[in-house]
Amino acid sequence: MKEDILLEVKNLKTHFITSKGTAKAVDGLDFVLKKGETLGIVGESGCGKSITSLSILRLIPSPPGKIVDGQILLHGKDLVEMSDQEIRKIRGNQISMIFQEPMTSLNPVIPVGEQIAEALRLHQKLSRKQAWEKAVEMIRLVGIPAPEKRAKQEPYQLSGGMRQRVMIAMALACTPEVLIADEPTTALDVTIQAQILELMKDLQRKIGMGIIFITHDLGVVAEMCDKVAVMYAGQIVEYQTTANLFKTPLHPYTQGLIGSLPKLYEDQEELQIIEGTVPSPYDYPTGCRFADRCPFVQDLCRNQQPEIIHVEDSQQVRCWKYTDQWKEELVKEEVIL
Amino acid sequence: MLLFILKRLAQVVPVIFGVTLVVFLIMQMVPGDPAIIMAGEGASTETVEQLREDLGLNEPLHVQYFSYIGNILQGSLGNSLKNNQPVLDEILIRLPITMELAFFSILITIVLGLTAGIISAVKPYSVSDISVMVVALLGISLPSFWLGLLLMYTFSIKLQWLPVAGWDSFAHIILPAITLGAGGAAIVARMTRSSMLEVIGQDYVRTARAKGLKEHTIIYKHALRNALIPVITVVGLQFGSLLGGTVIVESVFAINGLGRMIVDAIRTRDIPMVQGGVLVASLVFVFVNLLVDVMYKVFNKRIDLN
Ligand SMILES: Nc1ncnc2c1ncn2[C@@H]1O[C@H](COP(=O)(O)OP(=O)(O)OP(=O)(O)O)[C@@H](O)[C@H]1O
Ligand code: SF4
Ligand SMILES: [Mg+2]
Repeated sequence: MKEDILLEVKNLKTHFITSKGTAKAVDGLDFVLKKGETLGIVGESGCGKSITSLSILRLIPSPPGKIVDGQILLHGKDLVEMSDQEIRKIRGNQISMIFQEPMTSLNPVIPVGEQIAEALRLHQKLSRKQAWEKAVEMIRLVGIPAPEKRAKQEPYQLSGGMRQRVMIAMALACTPEVLIADEPTTALDVTIQAQILELMKDLQRKIGMGIIFITHDLGVVAEMCDKVAVMYAGQIVEYQTTANLFKTPLHPYTQGLIGSLPKLYEDQEELQIIEGTVPSPYDYPTGCRFADRCPFVQDLCRNQQPEIIHVEDSQQVRCWKYTDQWKEELVKEEVIL
Repeated sequence: MLLFILKRLAQVVPVIFGVTLVVFLIMQMVPGDPAIIMAGEGASTETVEQLREDLGLNEPLHVQYFSYIGNILQGSLGNSLKNNQPVLDEILIRLPITMELAFFSILITIVLGLTAGIISAVKPYSVSDISVMVVALLGISLPSFWLGLLLMYTFSIKLQWLPVAGWDSFAHIILPAITLGAGGAAIVARMTRSSMLEVIGQDYVRTARAKGLKEHTIIYKHALRNALIPVITVVGLQFGSLLGGTVIVESVFAINGLGRMIVDAIRTRDIPMVQGGVLVASLVFVFVNLLVDVMYKVFNKRIDLN
């Protein structure tokens, strides 16, 4: 259904133009986020997850960063083309963000209540008093005890878990339609992590927002996400529903990732780890970016970059293995042998 | 916090003793005999000897020092060798003038320095940034007597907007305060710029942007407050060199403040006057530093614990 689509990213390219050359951190990304849906973005460190999320809110440090191509459509309106003033009205209001670093993402000298309230005054035009009361209410909602007292405190007086809850309260204060959560729990211990995930799901049910959930923890993906986009070297290499992804991972990279998960009930001699390293964003190979690490690699893969192809209706993969050329290639090889 | 203040106060006590000791030793080291100076040229040997006895100059050094401390504790800084008036009375007339000059100078240092630093940091490497920083570099390298004379020549003599010298009205304060505050303003501007640039790159500033706040709010509410913390220390240090600078500026603009009093006293060998002046100036310096330390602590405790 077209009207259910909140956010649509088309061919997004964010590059960093530096003296060392151009880093293609995000290099042609397409995905769709629907109302009430959680989309997971997974991938190794440096594959461009955070740069993707920062691009959506146009928070890329510039220079050296720049969105060089593509569209980011919120209800069909392109965020890339908007004026600074227009995008400010969307930030923290229609699209909110929880950052990767809970310890440093709050202002150390401003009481946390005020840090929540200021967005409410700005976007919802609440009075000082109303905004403060709503901020306290948000702090209560994310499960921090004694919210009246906590609201007046500064971040150093709060534990890491509480700060991340404050970040969530801040992001949700204006009931956004889209929440971008960039590894919201990696810095926290397991119990608090579980509580915060539960809290996000709970709030999603209440508000009905769409969530983009960035992580490199597949366990968290399984628990949180409806769909998953697997990123590798600035591109999406696989895009399908979470259930399918774990059942039938298509891309060799995804297969490697899932294979490297420790399985509780199976005898597994050793963990499968994907050998090799990610190519540098300054210098990608001509063909498939995963070629150097792929057990199935063929000449075809090295010569030409694979496009995203639709395998089943909702399964997308960027790999030559699922194409007709692949079969021809194998036939050729057999002939040679 | 109270404990910290008490601790710092306790640390101040030995410093003050050190200061009195140094000041006391000045008297011993300078050439010339106080008794002869006081008695005046051509006084008889007996008169001088009598004076020396009266002033306690024949006692051993440590006895002299302890009686000097004793006098200070009773609120006496001795009498001027020139007119035999209590030194303290003279200082109490002079000190407010110097403090007023210092106050307006530090005000200029802060206001001018912060404004320039912020203008620079908001658009780094822009034309406005580079011009501000060039002016700041000039401000740091210009000697204050030269700047004082330059200002005086331009605004008092050529344009005749402001009085040349003296200390009678607010108009008299402007040029000396600019002269004295300019160097500090330049240093504060550079410090503010680098501190702001660092803060603007912090995660919490990105968070503020992500909330949709206006650039103005981001700079003044989220960035500046944090950027000010290291600037406080610099302002504190500036106050020290500013007190030293009063000596020159008061001489250039003929202001009868503490600095000029000390210079005059040195020239006329009025030793108790020099001692009293230096002692009071040192005390002011020590307490201003204490104040800066406490302020820094108040602002910084949130950062420390992060
Ligand atoms: N300021 C910058 N200047 C130059 N290149 C940058 C800059 N920021 C990011 N990049 C490039 O963008 C790439 C992607 O970075 P990004 O932060 O999106 O990775 P990530 O997937 O979020 O990794 P992680 O899991 O470690 O958070 C990096 O490999 C880096 O080369
Ligand atoms: S395209 Fe070739 S090299 Fe790339 S993942 Fe598929 S099989 Fe491996
Ligand atoms: Mg990241």
